[in-house]
Amino acid sequence: MSTAQRPVFGVPVRRAPSRGRRLLTRPSTPAFVGVLVALVVFGAQAPQLVGTGGLASLLDAAALIGIGAVAVTLLLVAGQFDVSIGVLSVASSVTAGLLVSEAGWGVWPALAASLVGALAVGVVNGLLVVLTGLPSFLVTLATFLVLQGGTLVVAQSVAGTSLVDRVEGAAGWPSAEALFGSGVALGGGRFRISILWWLAAVVLAGWLLRRTRFGNAIYALGGSRRAAREMGVPTASTTVALYLLTATAAWLLGTLALVRQGGVPVAPEFGDEIEYLVVAVIGGCLLGGGYGSAVGAAAGALLYGTVRTGIDIAGWESYSFQVVLGVLLVVALLANGVARRRLTAVPRS
Amino acid sequence: MTGPERVGPERVGPVEGQEPLPFPESTAGLPPVAGAPVLELRGVTVRYGSVPALDRVSLRLVPGTVTCLLGENGAGKSTVVQVVSGVRRHDEGELLVDGRAVRFRRPRQARARGIATIWQDLAVIPLMTVWRNFWLGDEPTRGIWPFRRIDLAVAREGAARALARVGLPDLNVNQPAAALQPGQRHSLAVARAMHFGAKVLVVDEPAAPLTVAQHALVLRTVVSARDAGLGVLFVTSTPGYAHLVGDRFVLLAGGRVAADLTREDVDVDGLTRLISGGEALATLTAELRRSS
Ligand SMILES: Nc1ncnc2c1ncn2[C@@H]1O[C@H](COP(=O)(O)OP(=O)(O)OP(=O)(O)O)[C@@H](O)[C@H]1O
Ligand SMILES: [Mg+2]
Repeated sequence: MSTAQRPVFGVPVRRAPSRGRRLLTRPSTPAFVGVLVALVVFGAQAPQLVGTGGLASLLDAAALIGIGAVAVTLLLVAGQFDVSIGVLSVASSVTAGLLVSEAGWGVWPALAASLVGALAVGVVNGLLVVLTGLPSFLVTLATFLVLQGGTLVVAQSVAGTSLVDRVEGAAGWPSAEALFGSGVALGGGRFRISILWWLAAVVLAGWLLRRTRFGNAIYALGGSRRAAREMGVPTASTTVALYLLTATAAWLLGTLALVRQGGVPVAPEFGDEIEYLVVAVIGGCLLGGGYGSAVGAAAGALLYGTVRTGIDIAGWESYSFQVVLGVLLVVALLANGVARRRLTAVPRS
Repeated sequence: MTGPERVGPERVGPVEGQEPLPFPESTAGLPPVAGAPVLELRGVTVRYGSVPALDRVSLRLVPGTVTCLLGENGAGKSTVVQVVSGVRRHDEGELLVDGRAVRFRRPRQARARGIATIWQDLAVIPLMTVWRNFWLGDEPTRGIWPFRRIDLAVAREGAARALARVGLPDLNVNQPAAALQPGQRHSLAVARAMHFGAKVLVVDEPAAPLTVAQHALVLRTVVSARDAGLGVLFVTSTPGYAHLVGDRFVLLAGGRVAADLTREDVDVDGLTRLISGGEALATLTAELRRSS
């Protein structure tokens, strides 16, 4: 037996990559670099962006998109997607709003009821995905259509309007407003409580992903469904739990909107979920699943907020935001492709 | 030259010049009661829709012996592995562990009974770190729900220690498994099976062509497990290697047991003929049917 045939398990181990190199391969790194670039670019054109006022609106935009993006990130890591998040958030705020304005419920019972409703939709989504084995995009597209039509029909027939309001001043309103609609004035800006909700969502998602068995199951599901099944990872319950989390995020988004405005327009439209998806990808998620992080989603949302507010303050044509977002998406897809190839390349030596 | 040149009637003992892999001594009890199987399949049938992938398959794993499962592609070998490791439930027949009928609902239940599997695809997820792969499906935790979390220190150390035992003492367990060389990935699967396998080791040999070194690792694993008193089910498509370590040879064809032979019944050439020549197998099958 020649030396070339010696068992490979005895070969010396390659040096562990340095800390700096590991940092470079984090999913969130490109998005953070993007935030810096955007701050420099827009900061030069519109210095207010880096003042307290600009910062407050930047973080507000980032928070609302970030809550959705962090939920989508969990789904993407597991190799799933949910098209119905945006519509579900409108549907749950309309539900809560109607229960208050038409049925005379208190704010808290109404919010609890809309949460139960959202969770029920999450269970249906999860079970449909598990039981049919069909791509989650198609399954949740069905949910999207039902929710969109259903919300409009119910709002029309119950209230006869396309705007749910008169929520303000109902029983429990002050406490609900404190929890979902308050903010602190600091310098020239008003920092809203939604920023805290966003941070809480990021911390929770990060903890779940990196520190719990549930998180390991999510990565395994997206990394290799077959291997996950063989090793006894609970694939079905993990999937359903993920859709429950997404539904909760949708409810939170709906509630934040409802309480902030004291009502909501009944306009369940397609689009929000696509922005969440874009931000998650900018945050480093691989569309194929198995890779991504909560911090990445936060960085993506921060970039989104910076660009959106920057364009606003700099006085650019507002549609140019879409152009920039599209360009960022392409760059992110290319960067993620490179990262993926580097990660999965089998070492030759 | 990929196969052993000459194989005597004796099966191989502990591989010379190499430490045996440190399987924990079997909890099945040593010395084993002669012939008492630790795991047994009795007339097990598995269907995909209405097509049977396994048709009344019977098979016994005796502690301290190696049972080889042979057969062509699609014969149903991996389906047997799935039933034994709790991934798939059987539709008919009985699965007995230590003489008691069981019906695994999930792989954890099989693992809890000391049945560990090295899967055909190794069940290693490239984008996850080595230690996460090692504990996949059974991570050590601490704290109480809802604050229950993975015990990182225990998990990292445990994985590193188990990997050191299979010859990877300095492996960085925090790197993604994608960074491992194919042989190291294999060792990871072996280390995992050794950690969880107390009674039964199931080895589904990778479908991809193996290097001699990888074959050596597989055989070393099988022999070490056998010598530690485990019942071993060795699924392979290479009769030469099977005969090197096997005590019993079960041939599957079309989901049925076409032959159940011991070392006394067949030599390596006979075994090769049986597997490669469908004709010989068919004759033997017919003969077995007639005599039973
Ligand atoms: N999920 C499935 N659905 C339907 N049929 C299946 C499924 N999995 C396996 N089969 C069929 O069951 C039979 C047995 O498959 P199995 O994987 O057990 O064969 P095998 O002996 O392991 O083959 P190989 O040597 O290629 O690994 C095959 O005919 C296969 O086509
Ligand atoms: Mg197979």
